[in-house]
Amino acid sequence: MPLSLIAEQLLNGLQLGLMLFLLAAGLTLVFGIMDTINLAHGSLYMIGAYIAASVIEASGSFLLGIAAAIAGTALVGVALEMALLRRLYQRSHLSQVLATFAVILIANEIVRMIWGSQPILLNMPSALSGPVELLGLRYPAYRLVVIGVGLMTAILLYLLVNRTRAGMWVRAGASDREMAEVMGVDTRRLFTLVFAIGAALAAVAGALLGPLLAVQVGMGDNILILAFVVITIGGIGSIRGALLASLLVGLLDTAGRAFLPYLFRQMFPAVIAAEAGPAVASMLIYVLMAAVLYFRPTGLFPARG
Amino acid sequence: MRRLISALLLSAMALLPALTTAWAADKVKVGFLSTLSGPGGALGIDMRDAFLLAVKLNGGKLGGLPADVNVVDDQQKPDVAREAIERFTKRDNVDLITGMVFSNVLLPVMPTVLNTGTIYLSTNTGPEDYAGDKCNPNFFAVAWQNEDIPGAMGEVMNQRGLKNVYLIAPNYPGGRETLAGFKRFYKGKIADEVYVKLGQLDFAAEIANIRAAKPDAVFFFLPGGMGINFVKQYVAAGADKDAKLFTPGFSADEDTIKAVGEPMIGILNTSQWAADLDNPANKKFVAEFQKEYGRLPTMYASQAYDVALLVDAAVKQIGGKVEDKEALRKALTEAKFDATRGKFRFNKNNFPIQDYYLREVYKDAGGRITNKTIGKVFSDFHDVHAEKCKMK
Repeated sequence: MPLSLIAEQLLNGLQLGLMLFLLAAGLTLVFGIMDTINLAHGSLYMIGAYIAASVIEASGSFLLGIAAAIAGTALVGVALEMALLRRLYQRSHLSQVLATFAVILIANEIVRMIWGSQPILLNMPSALSGPVELLGLRYPAYRLVVIGVGLMTAILLYLLVNRTRAGMWVRAGASDREMAEVMGVDTRRLFTLVFAIGAALAAVAGALLGPLLAVQVGMGDNILILAFVVITIGGIGSIRGALLASLLVGLLDTAGRAFLPYLFRQMFPAVIAAEAGPAVASMLIYVLMAAVLYFRPTGLFPARG
Repeated sequence: MRRLISALLLSAMALLPALTTAWAADKVKVGFLSTLSGPGGALGIDMRDAFLLAVKLNGGKLGGLPADVNVVDDQQKPDVAREAIERFTKRDNVDLITGMVFSNVLLPVMPTVLNTGTIYLSTNTGPEDYAGDKCNPNFFAVAWQNEDIPGAMGEVMNQRGLKNVYLIAPNYPGGRETLAGFKRFYKGKIADEVYVKLGQLDFAAEIANIRAAKPDAVFFFLPGGMGINFVKQYVAAGADKDAKLFTPGFSADEDTIKAVGEPMIGILNTSQWAADLDNPANKKFVAEFQKEYGRLPTMYASQAYDVALLVDAAVKQIGGKVEDKEALRKALTEAKFDATRGKFRFNKNNFPIQDYYLREVYKDAGGRITNKTIGKVFSDFHDVHAEKCKMK
């Protein structure tokens, strides 16, 4: 197996992992700080992608599309928090699951009404639509940009959470909500802020992945499952855990798809390898989750000690 | 007296509808179940549009009877399809069902359709399950058997001297049959044979593997949005300079061309139909489709349009007595109609015997990117499973 292939697959895994992180970061904060399960996080990702697609189509500017997606989705997030989630904090997890699941259905139908049921096919900006040479490796330029933006966003989020006063409130809220409230943190406003940040991050992921995948109704539903796997592995409420788990899941999923069928062919007859390879590859990340939960039932870096 | 008359009138009115249906059908009821949303939605929409166009051009009739076409979206989900099939067969008592795109939706619901004695006309997938020993008098594959089009491409790649080909398809019955069909004709070496999840949209890992395997060419079968993303990402990775793409017509038709654009130029693909086939039925179809919808039709559209023409001819042949299922089935197997694809007849397993063509995506004089026919691969071709079918 050539080294360049391994390097390329590492980059692919990194790209998938970073995008998962953008989704998981918001999810884990909401879950960790507000103790609220928000199934509708995938819908925010979808709304971000649709806003980006519409603005890019109308203006022709990719950057403007991303900016509009961030602002628009954050606003939708704030509205959702104030109108609905605020009323759910004191309720049981079951009520939260039911209510936010309803939001998924409503969001899918609204998007269908506004944009129609056909996927929007967004093209990459033409300057980035080809490959670039990278130490003898030809790699799609757009995916490199996605990796770059993903890394930058992760660093910004790290600085925000660890170096600012708002970040301090967020961390305090995540590790002990009652104590933070007693110490004078305005949790009401904090929750809205956290929700807006989560929505904005989901929108970045949606806007960046739009041209690679397809902007379509229900696009958030599948990726949401992966994001939940990530925050379960990483430990609920922990940004650091979410980052590590995202990269783990991204790399493992890519490695499974890339190398497992090859490995199986070395070990089993071709027919069995062709059947079992893809099946086992799609199971890998769930096996990882089960293993992590067996040894560390609260995840790798639980926010609450 | 007046009371008696009104009583008589009332009972006459109550009886009348029952009487008329017992004499002869007053309309043809068609259950059109197709995938109209999601990444596979463009396929079903083209089929629906073409089917409704055929009915419209026919004055809203099929075989002289008013056509009652009930269109339902299966969302590419077998459970949604199952509900619709229950409604069609139990409540609406439709005469015919047609329209499904994907074999993984069709296969789970087909026993229900066939057990109720309802006729199914496949506008697209032609699974092996109903081509061989389980062939069924109520199942008609009007498009092709799943192995036919990829088989034609296997033959083309032999002719072009390609000796090391990389195969990629989704892991579902249609995908596995497609690669089996390809391998039945292709004689060279297979660099690798990869199955991805149906509906997968990111192919970064697979494309990197393809490039590392250094094949002569890549044969891919990725229907709908999957193929669109695959071609875009393949070109973005610069992989098309090392190994050219070959595909069944599905991934190189108008829907994919519109979405991908320039990178499609030069892609060779096989199909039983092409927009430039020179016959009167096809000329009318392509012109009317463009006039009605402002876009070129895909092969999916031609298949659904042919189904409508077939039903029209068969119903006309039996004088509109659609309730006589035996006669209707017989008329359908005779298939006395002018198909848009030209020569067409059914084999004993109710799967087609027809020609297959090689098409190439090119830019025409007007700057429009589309397919042109560059040769015929198979004449009067039929699938290998038919010999296991015991019908007539």
